[in-house]
Amino acid sequence: MSTIITHPKVAKAWVFKDASMAKQKEMMNRHYGRLADAPQTGEKVASTFVPGNLNELLMCFGFAVNLPEINAIQNGLRKTSGNFVMEAEKIGHSEDVCTYVKSDIGMMARGNIGPNGRRLPDPDVLLLSCTGCFTFMKWFELLRERYRCETIMFHTPYMADGKIAPDMVKYMVKQLEKDVIPKLERVSGVKFDIDRLREYLKKSARAEDDLVWVLQSAKATPSPIDAYFGGIYYIGPIFGAFRGTDDAIEYYKFLREEIEGRLAQGKGPVTPGGDMGKERYRLVVEGPPNYTNFRQFWKMFYEEGAVVVASSYTKVGGTYDFGFRHNPDKPLESLAEYCLNVYTNRSLPMRVDMLENYIGEYEADGLLINSIKSCNSFSAGQLLIMREVERRTGKPAAFIETDLVDPRYFSPANVKNRLESYFQMIEQKRARARAAG
Amino acid sequence: MEDTSPSKTAEIAARCEEIFTDLDFNAARKWKAGKPGRKVIGFMPFYVPRELIHAAGALPLGILGGGDQLEVIHGDAYFQSYICRIPRSTVELGISGRLDFVDGMLFPSICDVIRNLSGMWKLMFPRVAARYVDLPQNFDGEVGGEFYRSGLQELRHWLADIASHPVTDEAIRASVAVYNKSRALIRELYALRAAEPWNVPSAEVYLLLRAGLVLPVEEHNELVRTYIDAARSRDRPFKDNSRVVVSGVFCEQPPLNLIKSIELSGCYIVGDDFMLVTRWEKSDTAEDGDPIAALASAYLHNSLSTSAKYEPDAARKGAYLIESVRKNRAEGVIFAMPSFCDPALLERPMLQNALKAAGIPFIAFKYAENSGQMQPIREQAGTFADSIKLWSGE
Ligand code: SF4
Ligand code: SF4
Repeated sequence: MSTIITHPKVAKAWVFKDASMAKQKEMMNRHYGRLADAPQTGEKVASTFVPGNLNELLMCFGFAVNLPEINAIQNGLRKTSGNFVMEAEKIGHSEDVCTYVKSDIGMMARGNIGPNGRRLPDPDVLLLSCTGCFTFMKWFELLRERYRCETIMFHTPYMADGKIAPDMVKYMVKQLEKDVIPKLERVSGVKFDIDRLREYLKKSARAEDDLVWVLQSAKATPSPIDAYFGGIYYIGPIFGAFRGTDDAIEYYKFLREEIEGRLAQGKGPVTPGGDMGKERYRLVVEGPPNYTNFRQFWKMFYEEGAVVVASSYTKVGGTYDFGFRHNPDKPLESLAEYCLNVYTNRSLPMRVDMLENYIGEYEADGLLINSIKSCNSFSAGQLLIMREVERRTGKPAAFIETDLVDPRYFSPANVKNRLESYFQMIEQKRARARAAG
Repeated sequence: MEDTSPSKTAEIAARCEEIFTDLDFNAARKWKAGKPGRKVIGFMPFYVPRELIHAAGALPLGILGGGDQLEVIHGDAYFQSYICRIPRSTVELGISGRLDFVDGMLFPSICDVIRNLSGMWKLMFPRVAARYVDLPQNFDGEVGGEFYRSGLQELRHWLADIASHPVTDEAIRASVAVYNKSRALIRELYALRAAEPWNVPSAEVYLLLRAGLVLPVEEHNELVRTYIDAARSRDRPFKDNSRVVVSGVFCEQPPLNLIKSIELSGCYIVGDDFMLVTRWEKSDTAEDGDPIAALASAYLHNSLSTSAKYEPDAARKGAYLIESVRKNRAEGVIFAMPSFCDPALLERPMLQNALKAAGIPFIAFKYAENSGQMQPIREQAGTFADSIKLWSGE
């Protein structure tokens, strides 16, 4: 699971672009250029996942980082993922499994061409950071078959009891010390320098502070951001290959300044159609978005004046709003805690609490769940989550079903109908509340 | 003297079938009612250390969903159509009160669905203790081993709380011995089936295993012993069936009819991954020394493989299936996997590649625990059996 970090075709259609967007676009172009150039420059390439992404550690060894989920998202946005998914099914992958995996495998089967139209390099190492989703393990076992490169399992225990126990952190630090780091040293030929890691972590924490500020700006009314559709752009650099870099610090500084400006002017979020009109509904959203019809999906919200004020998806590559920051004083421990805190690694009761609290803290009208066919990690249990949050908050909840990158599972008419009825439900609830005095 | 005449096998199978079809788990209820203070701990696939439950004086009860007999009324409201069936029928068992005698539930780390179900259980049945069993994916004794040992200690304390008495080392060692015996018997049963599949039908083996998830282990050990002895004296007609391994049945269960259909279509099932917990450790777990260390070490270094367990050695990916084929002298593999089952279906292409490289034929289909139509499966398996015979005749 992950987030988008660029806005390829979508960006062109945006009515205006601000400095943070331009910065992000430039970062992403550079990133994909670096990856495509790797065979020439001789840079080593590591593939890894967004949740449990150990970017700072990989930077210590000079790896260029490839994130297959991001590639799948890019392919979703560019509407190429559908063919890739079908390609993977043609070569024997089940129609029932995660479409990120199939988009990736289909893309590989068709030449592994990245979003910039250039071939993505074969990885030198697969860092199988296994956090919050069992599919990750199978995904990299599948890639290992093809690339036959070093594959490093880094197992994150599940936060089943709602807390991080010391033995979990110890287990993870030991894996880092005894297995992950020595293997990364071997593949890269670079000796591990913990002070270098500390420097990167320091930078991560700075960017994380600004990210949290940005996401929490949605507590204002009107909210200056959309914390789901817009949020997906905002989390890009920090969830991707930029956490721990000066680029990320700069990006979040720009972003924060822009949002501060919008707040001061009492403005709502920017959408692909320009400034959003009057804020009518404030929603908390659980689950990833659909990428194949991303703009169309978003439009169904902003045209109705619906703004997402908090989302669980913006916590999938790390949950920072409860205070966690990468900590240079405890470098390996904080990498472990970061992985443990990933949203999908949190128990179902924790997820319910989190969403319930979001509804209160962000003064939302209710919870909307976008359930993803592909993703058991998110989806299994969401109907109970919906009931629980509805029961606890007394706010209406709704459920829609789409897929991440398989266009066959996005039915615009169905989604729109559901959303319209949901907005009506909210209106009715308000009317009843007014009538009750 | 114990009756080990051939007819005894049918009698045992009938008893096991009764236990299997009883969705109220009366055998376990009866055990619990037998003595005040007795506790029952439910567990889901694919593995939990049953020795600890037993050492706490409790009954480990395997919960494998509701099969094709349970009418799912409430469970469907909790899961989308694209999620496998076992969690919904398990929830149904819970909501309908069929598990109201269960004191604790264990959910091992097999997949995201059962993982999330562990949290759902806490919310839905707050009066029942529910616990996730996080199994390590690092198999270094100092790393994953240490983590697992501490997990086992916690589990031991959790069980002690439920049982209201400590779970001593001595009790665990005694339980290890009982389960060593159980696993040895199951291995013997499997070996006998591989040697004489015509005398040991897989549907019977299956029912015998299922009964073992409900009955006290001591009683089940006797049952298996008697069954094996009786089966050895059987002399059923040998058929020129194809010998197959069935793969992918480690969690949600196929209907019993599906197993029968495979065998009726001209296949002898000589290997499978049904209820791996019954034989997870490949040989005896140490019965002396630190029992927690022994359990951890057995899991890390001496256990079978399945999709939910990471394979660190790329060259050995799929080896477990090839080994099962070779050891059981199978001629092909039938992948029977639950619809929407990530672990099984994501593993399948890798297993198929391994089989292709080894020149072992296979077929694949999906099922749900409540699949009704067996005709297509019978036809597919029948064609497969015929084609195996054709190839081997070439
Ligand atoms: S199952 Fe979900 S979390 Fe896992 S890789 Fe697929 S989309 Fe991501
Ligand atoms: S059938 Fe598969 S996906 Fe479903 S609970 Fe079992 S292992 Fe998980």
